[in-house]
Amino acid sequence: MRLDAKIPAGPLAQKWDRHRFETKLVNPANRRKYSILVVGTGLAGASASASLAELGYDVKTFCIHDSPRRAHSIAAQGGINAAKNYPNDGDSIWRLFYDTVKGGDFRAREANVYRLAQVSNAIIDQCTAQGVPFAREYGGLLANRSFGGAQLSRTFYARGQTGQQLLLGAYSAMMRQAAAGRVHLFPRREMLDLVVVNGQARGIVARNLLTGEIERHAGHAVLLCTGGYGNVYFLSTNAKACNVTATYRAYKRGAFFANPCFTQIHPTCIPVHGTYQSKLTLMSESLRNDGRVWVPKTPGDKRAPTEIPEAERDYFLERKYPSFGNLVPRDVASRNAKEQCDQGKGVGDTGLAVYLDFADAIQRDGKATIAKKYGNLFQMYEKITGDDPYRTPMMIYPAVHYTMGGLWVDYNLMSTVPGLFVLGEANFSDHGANRLGASALMQGLADGYFVIPATIGGYLAGTRFEAVTTGDAGFADAERQVAEQTRRLLSIGGKRTVDDFHRQLGLTMWDHCGMSRTNAGLERARAVIRELRAEFWRDVRVPGSAADLNQSLEKAGRVADFMEFAELMVLDALARQESCGGHFNEAFQTEENEARRDDQNFCHVAAWEFTGEGRDPNLHKEPLSFENVQLTQRSYK
Amino acid sequence: MNKTINLTLKIWRQKDRSDKGRFETTPARDISTDMSFLEMLDVVNERLTLEGREPIAFEHDCREGICGSCGTMVNGRAHGPLKGTSLCQLHMRHFKDGDTLTIEPWRARAFPVIKDLVVDRSAYDRIIQAGGYVSVNTGSAPEANTLPVPPELAEKAMDAAACIGCGACVAACPNASAMLFVSAKISQLALLPQGRPEADRRALAMVRAMDACGFGNCSNHRECENACPKEISIANIARLNREFLHAGFISHET
Ligand SMILES: Cc1cc2nc3c(=O)[nH]c(=O)nc-3n(C[C@H](O)[C@H](O)[C@H](O)COP(=O)(O)OP(=O)(O)OC[C@H]3O[C@@H](n4cnc5c(N)ncnc54)[C@H](O)[C@@H]3O)c2cc1C
Ligand code: SF4
Ligand code: FES
Repeated sequence: MRLDAKIPAGPLAQKWDRHRFETKLVNPANRRKYSILVVGTGLAGASASASLAELGYDVKTFCIHDSPRRAHSIAAQGGINAAKNYPNDGDSIWRLFYDTVKGGDFRAREANVYRLAQVSNAIIDQCTAQGVPFAREYGGLLANRSFGGAQLSRTFYARGQTGQQLLLGAYSAMMRQAAAGRVHLFPRREMLDLVVVNGQARGIVARNLLTGEIERHAGHAVLLCTGGYGNVYFLSTNAKACNVTATYRAYKRGAFFANPCFTQIHPTCIPVHGTYQSKLTLMSESLRNDGRVWVPKTPGDKRAPTEIPEAERDYFLERKYPSFGNLVPRDVASRNAKEQCDQGKGVGDTGLAVYLDFADAIQRDGKATIAKKYGNLFQMYEKITGDDPYRTPMMIYPAVHYTMGGLWVDYNLMSTVPGLFVLGEANFSDHGANRLGASALMQGLADGYFVIPATIGGYLAGTRFEAVTTGDAGFADAERQVAEQTRRLLSIGGKRTVDDFHRQLGLTMWDHCGMSRTNAGLERARAVIRELRAEFWRDVRVPGSAADLNQSLEKAGRVADFMEFAELMVLDALARQESCGGHFNEAFQTEENEARRDDQNFCHVAAWEFTGEGRDPNLHKEPLSFENVQLTQRSYK
Repeated sequence: MNKTINLTLKIWRQKDRSDKGRFETTPARDISTDMSFLEMLDVVNERLTLEGREPIAFEHDCREGICGSCGTMVNGRAHGPLKGTSLCQLHMRHFKDGDTLTIEPWRARAFPVIKDLVVDRSAYDRIIQAGGYVSVNTGSAPEANTLPVPPELAEKAMDAAACIGCGACVAACPNASAMLFVSAKISQLALLPQGRPEADRRALAMVRAMDACGFGNCSNHRECENACPKEISIANIARLNREFLHAGFISHET
């Protein structure tokens, strides 16, 4: 099968307009006859549900949480990009497009990224109109700040709670449609399988997390908006329920998985402090606007930070990257922190941390100004660590944060299974091998508010649908498989808990498929994962029953999928014999330890096709061609 | 700084909605003071699982104080002893070796217990559905800067918008009133020019929905404000009352 990205012809700037013009429309009166299943209520799912319902489609929306408002998007702190150029500092749609393509280390599609930049401004308009309380200047106009890896100010924000406010905006728009009877909400449901009938995605099977009942839902199209899979590493900044189950099971039903090894390690997180730790906390990257990153010059220097004189500190990012300094992209900042720690210069009890110091900023701008910008983050830091960042530098270390990989989609956001669309972090589309700060919120909302409402009509209007009911064999078959897995998990009665297995899997992935990778390490990881998976199915202990709220069972299902998916990540990392963005293979680096791409051989999207249990997947390549930007070695010097 | 403590938990166990429920006493041993409260529960649950018992069901997700999933009463206080802090952000350094902690779910007629510490807060979603939004379809928004908003107003709106929908205000209130939650949303949207056109209708509809969900009345105990992890101010309740009176006064609806 040849992958067709369906990129419209014509000049870059006109593709989206032209595509919308050429796409078939569904007659407004017919829209309510189409039933659309939306899985997930993060930015992508909530915005898509609201927008499709406003158009008149019949929408059914599912989420794991007790309320759709709690999706993981709620936790995003820093902000959302747009090309408004309010500060008049030289921004434009073209520049946002260029920065995003370059930031992704030239492993994303030009046409998708350009469209993203094009719709970015309308997102800000929409959210503002919904009552999202963005930060404002004295004159009452919207404020901007610069953010991770950008040299200009294009980031809109609502204190350190931008994701919360954007999500509540999208959620409220969706609830308005729920009140109007056009969105039917199914909270506390976990999608456990995709139902494909005659080659089309026609439904899902979901577990009611309160009653344990396996439910069948049929529709004309399925939208997966189920977020990223960072929790394969156990410790990450993702919320605990984030998982790969929906996308992985869709993969097993024929949707190709693209670039699974592209994961983002965020440079500014609170370091790990104990084996009991359940998750990692992000300290917004905006802190790098004013904080200075440093380590002692001498390895093993255990003095308190305030006792280390200026001359004995190494501000390594400022030293190595004079023009970007502390604002280099995430992958670069993370790798450099690791490098310093590997040289024995790491600080704190574990030696796995670097300082992020606000002393100079406080002296320059005053404590009040710094408190206004970062007060809530400082407070959160103090709550968790017991240290006061106004007095002593923060300690930070990189942590798993975001996954650029996801289900392969074409320009219409449709996967390789007709009728299965994938939005938000769950797809692979716009961030290449590394995502710039404040661009995931932008992408999630772009997909949901503006892209899918325009593209889904083309599919629905151009497709013949047979009548399908939940009584069909496809549903029964999926339900049987789900029930069988549940029965198996509950019947093992072994000696290790689900978390115990998950932790071990995570450590393996972090060590060998994390910030820096080697072929030997990846090979070893593959063997370890296989053994661990076998042991999981032999020795896991899942208490409770299938017929009520059973959080251990929920976790077990997700970890079972992570156990398989981890191997796919490793395979992908092994197949990509180059370094790019977040994928850093030690064998491929420049003299200055930067990622060295191989554009001759790897300028493609790697899309994996499931071929059956126990068999290696097939690799398909979608070549990436760059007609508007020049492929260069990324330089932030 | 890191040390370990031993605690005794008196924890609410309830099989399902119809079960009467009871307290169960169980130890929490070797708890690092750097752990969060939920990590302490994780440790207890790991032990219960290996002992062949059912772990304690409790709600959580972000574990950084923003999703609003978590929350229980700890020694009679919603989200525990620390002001302005959700349970997931409460760390064990605030407890002493040998302490006994009584842990129970939110108690309110409108929040029935589902299992152990998990309650049904869907009433909140019903209230938002009744009017907690601005009616603007995708695509029809004006350019964002056409409507300047004085930064003081934007800040106040943001203060109110910070509500995470956890339900602690209801749990802390002797009348189980949801006024703080409802007033936070009404205030956010009433303060911003974008929300003004529907302010009256919104106030009436949301208050009506709140009553229909079985929440109690507000009689100014202020317990809600004390318990709120986001320190939402009861000034919002005063604003709600003004909006509601105004709306009732000019309303053409009945
Ligand atoms: C701490 C943190 C801070 C961040 N800050 C920023 C930032 O400042 N700027 C930025 O641009 N990006 C940021 N990001 C990234 C960004 O928040 C996410 O990429 C984005 O919110 C993902 O949105 P989504 O809609 O794709 O998925 P999510 O918000 O993850 O939503 C997934 C939804 O799917 C549901 N779901 C999942 N699986 C199933 C299933 N099997 N069945 C049913 N439902 C399911 C969940 O219940 C949920 O509703 C941050 C991320 C983190 C972790
Ligand atoms: S007002 Fe405070 S206590 Fe009440 S739901 Fe909102 S955040 Fe929770
Ligand atoms: S777990 Fe999200 S607020 Fe506590």
